[in-house]
Amino acid sequence: MKKINFATIVAAGLVCFAAGALAATEGATKDSMQLKPVKGEEGKVSAANTFNRLLKKDKARNLPPPEDGIHDADNEGTHVLQPPLVAFEGLPKTDFGNYVDWVQSLQKGFLNPRYDRVDPTVEPLVMDLDIVREVKASVPDVVFPHKPHTQWLHCSNCHPAIFIPQKNANQINMSAILLGQKCGVCHGKVSFPITTLSCKKCHSKPKPDDWKPPLSSASVKNPWR
Amino acid sequence: MINIKGFFTKWRVAFAALIASVAVVLMPQSSTAEYADVVINNYADAAGMRPAVFPHWYHRIRFRCKVCHADLGFKFKAGGNKITMAKIIDGQFCGACHNGEISWSVENCGMCHSGIPGTPTSIHGSTIQRLVAPTYKALPKDGQPAPSDAPADAAPADAAPAEAAPAKAKKK
Ligand code: HEC
Ligand code: HEC
Ligand code: HEC
Ligand code: HEC
Ligand code: HEC
Ligand code: HEC
Repeated sequence: MKKINFATIVAAGLVCFAAGALAATEGATKDSMQLKPVKGEEGKVSAANTFNRLLKKDKARNLPPPEDGIHDADNEGTHVLQPPLVAFEGLPKTDFGNYVDWVQSLQKGFLNPRYDRVDPTVEPLVMDLDIVREVKASVPDVVFPHKPHTQWLHCSNCHPAIFIPQKNANQINMSAILLGQKCGVCHGKVSFPITTLSCKKCHSKPKPDDWKPPLSSASVKNPWR
Repeated sequence: MINIKGFFTKWRVAFAALIASVAVVLMPQSSTAEYADVVINNYADAAGMRPAVFPHWYHRIRFRCKVCHADLGFKFKAGGNKITMAKIIDGQFCGACHNGEISWSVENCGMCHSGIPGTPTSIHGSTIQRLVAPTYKALPKDGQPAPSDAPADAAPADAAPAEAAPAKAKKK
């Protein structure tokens, strides 16, 4: 009984889908003609109404130097350079930047880059101090972890030129970050970039359950509301 | 009643047309360089050399940021260090390692000078380069200037090429 019901639903669904698709086919034929300019009485229809007008997507990841658009393939040295994928094999992955999770690569011991130019035994000066910054917007609050930063960097890389070393002494917002200031000095250039997939790396502390976004006063005061 | 064959061919044509048009839109953009590769071209082109290309990914596998950006004094600014061959053979910048001791030596010109001639100084794959519109600027709050107006971190004029990409996008 159950089985028949299921089959009926599926069949009904398929019929609906077919009907919908048939209707869409008519549309699609017109759409495909619209992609080319059509000359009619009213003149040309714009060819600009394409999908993904502004979408920028990587066509391929981690291309070898001769194909990456900045290295000159006519230069013999270019062909001696290492293709990134050869080096990244076996490292933990992410969906952005170099597509390598550099923090995990270090913490799991897959990589141990030198902290000193010549002496491979020098240990980094690591400090484990998380700084939480509450965010007015609905996104999770920001946690700045000193640990992964001091594993790669020196205190003097950030203090005092980029950040005053005192909690909440620095004004930070997304606009500044996207312009390449504050966290954006590194993030979006060398450390992981700012994309939808990476927001939660920084915005990692969920808001309390009873949190509500503050209302804009212009709308609260609106008499026609 | 339902012409299955026609149905699929029509869709296929529509799909092919869509792919083709998207491909045409994507074609001229060539920002496929590895994330954080730096092209350095303050002087190279002018001296008849290909621009130098510095791969961050390759070096950070071997050295932490601290080695270059704290110990060796590389500033966080593409083109901002005014690197020249005179400084390199004196053991500064790239010359601190590309000296035949830690890494191969400077006579391997083509290993560093591997960029396509005419490529401006720039860090590649950056978030700012990938933005569809010029960077969003926050509203000024409580009389404080928006961060973009703050001169403190403003790029020095001589390092302007790094901003060339978004500026171009603006003109379009
Ligand atoms: C802290 C030391 C250090 C500094 C500074 C440094 N390099 Fe390197 N570089 C290395 C080492 C080590 C290698 C690997 C050499 C080997 O495999 O023998 C390397 C390799 C390279 C490679 C070859 C990558 C490949 O695919 O094989 C290039 C290109 C390069 N460096 C360019 C530069 C440029 C340009 C600069 C200056 C802007 C620079 N490096 C500064 C240490 C350094
Ligand atoms: C990647 C950049 C970065 C590095 C590297 C870094 N810090 Fe910080 N530090 C910050 C930020 C961001 C804050 C938070 C400032 C704020 O909230 O306005 C901070 C805050 C601090 C504070 C204030 C804490 C408090 O509770 O007030 C101290 C102290 C500090 N850092 C010390 C250090 C030391 C010591 C090192 C090196 C071991 C170091 N930092 C490395 C970015 C950095
Ligand atoms: C001086 C450079 C620098 C600055 C400034 C900086 N970071 Fe980072 N950050 C790094 C590096 C390097 C890493 C290691 C991971 C990578 O390279 O992608 C890192 C990693 C992180 C991670 C760890 C991600 C993980 O996978 O666990 C977080 C979170 C983070 N940064 C947040 C911030 C925030 C928030 C700020 C600003 C308050 C900031 N960073 C400023 C260089 C920087
Ligand atoms: C490198 C770390 C980092 C990443 C990645 C990041 N943010 Fe932020 N974000 C911050 C910091 C730091 C603040 C400022 C927090 C404060 O007010 O102290 C902030 C603030 C915000 C705010 C509050 C408004 C403002 O400008 O202050 C919003 C909304 C926001 N982020 C959204 C996002 C979204 C969406 C993404 C992903 C596309 C994202 N963030 C990625 C660090 C980051
Ligand atoms: C380790 C990497 C590296 C190697 C090897 C190297 N260069 Fe350079 N060179 C650079 C960098 C980085 C610059 C700065 C580029 C700029 O700003 O235009 C530069 C700049 C130059 C310039 C223009 C500035 C000046 O000093 O006059 C010339 C010319 C030049 N190199 C020639 C050479 C020649 C010839 C060789 C081989 C004998 C060589 N380079 C090897 C990294 C390198
Ligand atoms: C082997 C040396 C070396 C190492 C290691 C290294 N860098 Fe760099 N970095 C450079 C050079 C060279 C430049 C370009 C400077 C120039 O053009 O004058 C640069 C530029 C930068 C810039 C400026 C980009 C811009 O145009 O705004 C940032 C940010 C940066 N590095 C961050 C990092 C971080 C974070 C790490 C560690 C994960 C790191 N670097 C590791 C050599 C290094």
